Amino acid sequence: MNNWKNFTKGIIKENPVFALLLGMCPTLGVTTSAINGLGMGLATAFVLVLSNIAISSVKNFVPDKVRIPVFVVIIASFVTIVQLLMEAYIPALYDSLGLFIPLIVVNCIVLGRAEAFAAKNTIFSSMIDGLGMGVGFTFALTLLGAVRELLGSYSLFGYKFIETDGILVFVLAPGAFFGLGYLIALIRKLSKKS
Amino acid sequence: MEYILIIIGAIFVNNIVLTQFLGICPFLGVSTKVKTAIGMGGAVIFVMTLSTIVTWLVMKYILIKFNIEFMQTIAYILVIAALVQMVEIILKKISPPLYQALGVFLPLITTNCTILGVAIMVIQNDFNLLTSVVFAIGMSLGFMLALVIFAGIREHMDKLPIPKGMKGVPAALVVAGILALAFMGFSGLV
Repeated sequence: MNNWKNFTKGIIKENPVFALLLGMCPTLGVTTSAINGLGMGLATAFVLVLSNIAISSVKNFVPDKVRIPVFVVIIASFVTIVQLLMEAYIPALYDSLGLFIPLIVVNCIVLGRAEAFAAKNTIFSSMIDGLGMGVGFTFALTLLGAVRELLGSYSLFGYKFIETDGILVFVLAPGAFFGLGYLIALIRKLSKKS
Repeated sequence: MEYILIIIGAIFVNNIVLTQFLGICPFLGVSTKVKTAIGMGGAVIFVMTLSTIVTWLVMKYILIKFNIEFMQTIAYILVIAALVQMVEIILKKISPPLYQALGVFLPLITTNCTILGVAIMVIQNDFNLLTSVVFAIGMSLGFMLALVIFAGIREHMDKLPIPKGMKGVPAALVVAGILALAFMGFSGLV
């Protein structure tokens, strides 16, 4: 039961994007379509889970003073793995996410969870925490991507509903800010009611 | 002339915050007062220029030479983290007033994605060292400009009657959206 709570908190109550407001750069940068949001979310979730496991398993050997550099190197290694894997197997998605893949290293969520959770908890619960946060992040990115794609080009996951151009501004930079702003406001409103 | 175009392009057309979405965390977090926005901007200009030079040299003379370009991300983040620490220590020793002004922002900069982002962009665009420096200065000036304008607007927003659900971050994001819309007017300038 405790593990289940640990898992679900990242999805709703402490959703990294909607509630903690972490990792805004990739959230705004890559969500021009639902599929990009999903890809970015999964890549980040992968790094999050593995780095949480690795960090919580070395936490007892790392002196307190150098823990941040050590964490950063661990995270950077997993990011490099993701980068190489994506380049080899899904080059199209890799190209459209571009710069934001190496920038997972400086995503505040990953280091934030390492410092706030994995450095203090057991390997298993750190893994669950990483999974929950990763799913929450993926959910947020896919949702924002879907909203922008739906309004911006009248399509969803590449499937087009109406054969005309959409409201172009939602695919462009300003739409990211508007979309996320109103989504956060909406989610605040909904979560207050329940 | 070429360098002027790069700077104008980096500040207005490809503004790092409003069109490339890098450095959103400090953009939303630090920019509530114009004064802190200027301090943060100054620190970023300083560190970004320096780190771009160092990472460019690391790429050219270490990573490419030993054929290990795939280590880019790990090498860069280590270089940047070490550099920020060093800048902090040196500033503290040689220029206390400057340290007073920029010091609090320096630790935040390691996790500022603009620094790593620009360092990688420079390599992707295959710039030479001088062009890279000019590009980094332009990008960081653009960061500062966006931060200062945004802070100026937010200072006034406190007095406005904003609906409860929109207060804080959502309203700030909508303002940033309008600002991004304004910056789109610069596209096609260079």
